[in-house]
Amino acid sequence: MHELSIVQGIVELCEQHSGGRPVLAVTLQIGTLSGVVPEALEFCFEAVTKGSLLEGARLEIERIEATGFCSGCDTVSRIETYFDPCPSCGALSLEIKTGEEMRVKDLEVE
Amino acid sequence: MCTTCGCPEEGHVHHHGEGEHVHGTKISVETDVLSKNNRYAEQNRALFRKKGIFALNLVSSPGSGKTTILERTLSDLSEKLRCAVIEGDQQTDNDARRIAATGVPVRQINTGAGCHLDAHMVGHALEELSVELDLLFIENVGNLVCPAAFDLGEAHKVVVLSVTEGEDNPLKYPQMFHAADVMLLNKSDLLPYLDFDVEKCLDMARRVSPGIKIFRLSAKTGEGMAEWYQWLRGER
Repeated sequence: MHELSIVQGIVELCEQHSGGRPVLAVTLQIGTLSGVVPEALEFCFEAVTKGSLLEGARLEIERIEATGFCSGCDTVSRIETYFDPCPSCGALSLEIKTGEEMRVKDLEVE
Repeated sequence: MCTTCGCPEEGHVHHHGEGEHVHGTKISVETDVLSKNNRYAEQNRALFRKKGIFALNLVSSPGSGKTTILERTLSDLSEKLRCAVIEGDQQTDNDARRIAATGVPVRQINTGAGCHLDAHMVGHALEELSVELDLLFIENVGNLVCPAAFDLGEAHKVVVLSVTEGEDNPLKYPQMFHAADVMLLNKSDLLPYLDFDVEKCLDMARRVSPGIKIFRLSAKTGEGMAEWYQWLRGER
């Protein structure tokens, strides 16, 4: 359940950037390989934000699809897991390009 | 743009069917959620570099034998190399006591409800240990999920998998095996009694973490430990 500490990190980051103003909405970018479950983030968000500048804020989560680079055929493809073969040539061991993100994109403050 | 109503304007309040809906001012953040942990990890890493400490972060499910591997490793190496251990568990100092019995300095971190160590906790534990060291082992909380995301400043994440676990754990817990670049396949002495397919397991580990360095060993009998020690001495 490391989503709890992830959300604590999000709250801290948002409070730093909000300039002391109440936060109305937070947009996160979460990659599909990040190991973080959006539903678990949402579940923790309400509890962790209570009493903070983020209390009552909307949580918007943008999913970032995973892509991997195949050095064998010089292509970037969409993948679902760390162990997907290259869909073009079948080679294993793709270099992960996107999908590991866990980022606060922006905030909306009063 | 407001994702509820499509309104492009900011800084005003208006009403939708569900009630009041406030538009505020957008502030771009574009910051990694783990940036604070990563800053502490870089501080730890800088200290390790400055002091010439080879730090390893041992991760696994509970019961894979991390502490037993450490006990044997420390008993065999600590005369020639200056070693220390940071132990992470939710509760108890049982593991720290076992390590202390080998004569090696140890600090126990109890994470309480926490499911992983973070770089800040490790930084504090380092303050309490003498850092005139060659090798530092950080034994993470037994958990094949959460510790994968948290860099502690280590040179390598070392994942321990015992042959009494599922041989397909590398595919079931891909974040952890992807994050690790060393794997210890422990309890090899039990293989004659199990249906564990070693080659299948190692193939899966390599699929998730290409280039992962694998040692097959038994901390109980000592089988395969020499290769692990050789790697530790060589990498340091």
